[in-house]
Amino acid sequence: MTTVFDPSAAAARATDAILHDTLHGTARGVVVDSPPGAGKSTLVVRAALELAEAGHPLMVVAQTNAQVDDLVLRLAEKNPDLPVGRLHSSDSDPYDKALDDLPSVRTSAKAGDLAGQAVVLSTAAKWAHVKVDEPWRHAIVDEAYQMRSDALLAVAGLFERALFVGDPGQLDPFAIVGSEQWAGLAYDPSASAVTTLLAHNPDLPQHRLPVSWRLPASAAPLVSDAFYPYTPFRSGTGPGDRTLAFGVPSDGSGPDRVIDEAAESGWGLLELPARHTPRTDPEAVRAVATVVRRLLDRAGAATSERSAASSPLTADRIAVGTAHRDQAAAIRSALADQGVPDVVVDTANRLQGREYDVTVVLHPLSGRPDATAFHLETGRLCVLASRHRHACIVVCRAGVTDLLDDYPSTEPVQLGTVVKFPDGWEANHAVLAHLAEHRVVWQP
Amino acid sequence: MSLISTLARLEAVSTGRAQPAATVRHRHLGDRPLVFVPLTTAGEAGAPLGALVGTDRDAPRLLAVPQPRDRDLRFAFLAELADVVLPYVDSYADAVEAAERTETDPETGKRVKVEVDLCADAPQLIVPSRAGIDLVRLLGRSMRFRRTAEQDPEAPYPAPPRVPLLGRWLTHFGERARVPGSSLLLAMTDVLGRHWVTGQSTLEDQHLGALLAWIDPPQGVTGAEAALRAELERDAQGQLTCPPAGPATDPAFDNKLLAPAIERYDRARTALSAAEDGLEADDRLGALSAAEREIRDLVLSRTRPTWDAVWRGLDLLRELPEGARVEERWTRDRWSFTGHRDRVLAGEPPQPRRDDAVTAANKLATREREQARLEAQEALDDPLVMAGRRLSGEAFAGEVTDVVMAYSEGKRPSPRPLVTVRTDDRPYLGERTKVYRSLGGKPQSAEFVADEEDGALVVLRILDKMGRGKEPEPGSVPEKGDRICFTLFEHEQRGGAKLPDPEETPWTHGGPPGEAALEAADPVTEEDVL
Repeated sequence: MTTVFDPSAAAARATDAILHDTLHGTARGVVVDSPPGAGKSTLVVRAALELAEAGHPLMVVAQTNAQVDDLVLRLAEKNPDLPVGRLHSSDSDPYDKALDDLPSVRTSAKAGDLAGQAVVLSTAAKWAHVKVDEPWRHAIVDEAYQMRSDALLAVAGLFERALFVGDPGQLDPFAIVGSEQWAGLAYDPSASAVTTLLAHNPDLPQHRLPVSWRLPASAAPLVSDAFYPYTPFRSGTGPGDRTLAFGVPSDGSGPDRVIDEAAESGWGLLELPARHTPRTDPEAVRAVATVVRRLLDRAGAATSERSAASSPLTADRIAVGTAHRDQAAAIRSALADQGVPDVVVDTANRLQGREYDVTVVLHPLSGRPDATAFHLETGRLCVLASRHRHACIVVCRAGVTDLLDDYPSTEPVQLGTVVKFPDGWEANHAVLAHLAEHRVVWQP
Repeated sequence: MSLISTLARLEAVSTGRAQPAATVRHRHLGDRPLVFVPLTTAGEAGAPLGALVGTDRDAPRLLAVPQPRDRDLRFAFLAELADVVLPYVDSYADAVEAAERTETDPETGKRVKVEVDLCADAPQLIVPSRAGIDLVRLLGRSMRFRRTAEQDPEAPYPAPPRVPLLGRWLTHFGERARVPGSSLLLAMTDVLGRHWVTGQSTLEDQHLGALLAWIDPPQGVTGAEAALRAELERDAQGQLTCPPAGPATDPAFDNKLLAPAIERYDRARTALSAAEDGLEADDRLGALSAAEREIRDLVLSRTRPTWDAVWRGLDLLRELPEGARVEERWTRDRWSFTGHRDRVLAGEPPQPRRDDAVTAANKLATREREQARLEAQEALDDPLVMAGRRLSGEAFAGEVTDVVMAYSEGKRPSPRPLVTVRTDDRPYLGERTKVYRSLGGKPQSAEFVADEEDGALVVLRILDKMGRGKEPEPGSVPEKGDRICFTLFEHEQRGGAKLPDPEETPWTHGGPPGEAALEAADPVTEEDVL
């Protein structure tokens, strides 16, 4: 018997179970793992609305001000009458000015001013300064895998029970000083909040969202296998639901051929000749800029399940991802030289949570003589390889597989820590093996 | 590795000499540091073989353990070490100055200023290398839970008096050494590596002899040749002429010299205990002391070159003037020393084996803050360090070409002058990026408005430190022709949020740690009594 996988039904079942545990469960916490683009924000907004509408005062903890503002805007869009409080810092420009236009949203730097709002949202850093006599009954912690354990320690006294939502595959939180001293302790302050939470409360119900709505059918299997081997997920769309077509035919150059390959298969690898280079490899930077330029010049049109008509592939639907800030800066200036000012170019850390039609990625290990833990970090590659709805083009020097084999990961083993699988070595090999099938060799 | 240190490394290779990485000294050096050059025995973690220790470069105190596996001899070594270190530490405990500290009043809950003692100076321990710091920590851990006969008459192997106290102090030094910028316990290779860049890898820089060979090579020899010699040259007996700085020793030394000497010592000791009459015992005692002297001479021969190297390193470092903000960081070290002195005096138990959740989080927060502070202060103290930050796009310097007065909107307009700076640097400035400059030691902030001429001209809006009036106070706004330097990083660090008390540890972190039980000493195992 074959059953047809219905992504909407599977996602709805998962959401219902999560909301049931959150609203009616007895556990103090509920953990939700969400792969890239699985509707995490939608879930947070829905859970917040249901809790608020059931009359439970709710606090929401997010990690950055942009995330908080985004949630406030989404809440107000879904329920314009819900009294929402935005707690903000006392810096200049602490929140998005768009919030001022929403009548039911009150903003303040003092938690006391927001008492009585159905939902109060802020960053973990701001919540840490709040003192309350009576803790909130409910809380939602967004991006909990990107939150550090010590940040949770500072705010956990503010609520009785909480829903923790996040993506375990993205970049782990980090500390700028060594923290080996505490490795292996359940409450290692540099670990992620969820790691600590589950170490102390192993019986909490854990759910995961099974469908990625962002990743196309061509990308979900690879990202799922490479980065989520024990918690697989599916794409919400099937093969052929999304297409990418170009009005201008290929001129036969490397960048055009890789664009065609990516349009066809969802992935493209533009491979430059093997060479050890500085971080801001001028040839690779130019190659990235040329690919972006050609993507725009060739009048791309993306068709997706959202509407029957195709939408043009414009500069705001393309992003470039790098590992380092200086690489991003070099690509930005190369793009400016090519007359393309409006394409987002950023590091993996800053691209987390964002979504584009096509992404162009400078491979973190391209041209490197060594493979450090930073460049091997699973989350970095996962973020870069999972931002796109249609296609992802990777620009890389040849020889990365040899580099991986020459430098197997040698991080010291810490007793008592949970080893994270897959490790970066494994994940990098999985991705490169797949990309090799979509390789375009180019000598610029 | 930053671009500037890569360039300096290349320059060191081509010139054959280490290149300066700093123009001032970024670590405090006391007038009377205690240098500690320890050696351990191969095959057993943290079993001391001997040490040179002292504050006088010409008269180090030699300590040696003729049979490192003998627990009684090890305790004797630790007791002797305590006799050197504790009086040194105590000599800083009494001279105090009055200082103010904010504390929470237990009755009102308000933050109030209280007058407390602050030690006027603090002890400083210098070890040759980073592995030495680890050994200090290990020694501290192995001693601080020991019980003396006085504390616990039932203890099967009581520690000599003062050994547990030495363990607490070494633990404190080891823990403080984890705080970036602290100078209570320094590793010479780290401090030299901070101030000079050699033409070898940072791993090779851990060899004190090779590092000094690059910084100060002998006449007519390049740093690379001298470093190679320091690493490899052996004498006719096959021994390294520049013994490793330890605490681990060279295997050739262990096998050819140390093991036979210990063997002779063991035999002499067995013979002595088998002596049948007084005359025979006298003879054999003489043989035993000869065997012991031989081991002491061996220990001295391996530690003395390192001892001299550490002092040479201190000489080189003292030639650099101290950075302007080093004193402020040393004051934090003095607070840390004073705090531990008070805890010892108050009879508090030794530092626990593991930090609880709140303590760990507090320590991590402090160290991250100190790291950021250190990076900012080193750049502000030292144009060479600032040059590295400018090269990496985190700062820029240039000449003011134009100042246009402007005012903020609102009821009471405040000055918000627009300043144009011509710079050759390429900072990563985005829309309204905040930048800071040091104005009389205080940070003045500005925001990025626009750039012109492809980034060569940067327009900034000055935001603060111009006084309360409508017109800015004199000197608070840069003038045309001024050379100024702005950083993209903040100069001062904000304090973090206050964490709950350990008794209030939330459920997510396992709840309160429970009654603090007095930690028992490590149980005695078979290996402890060979």
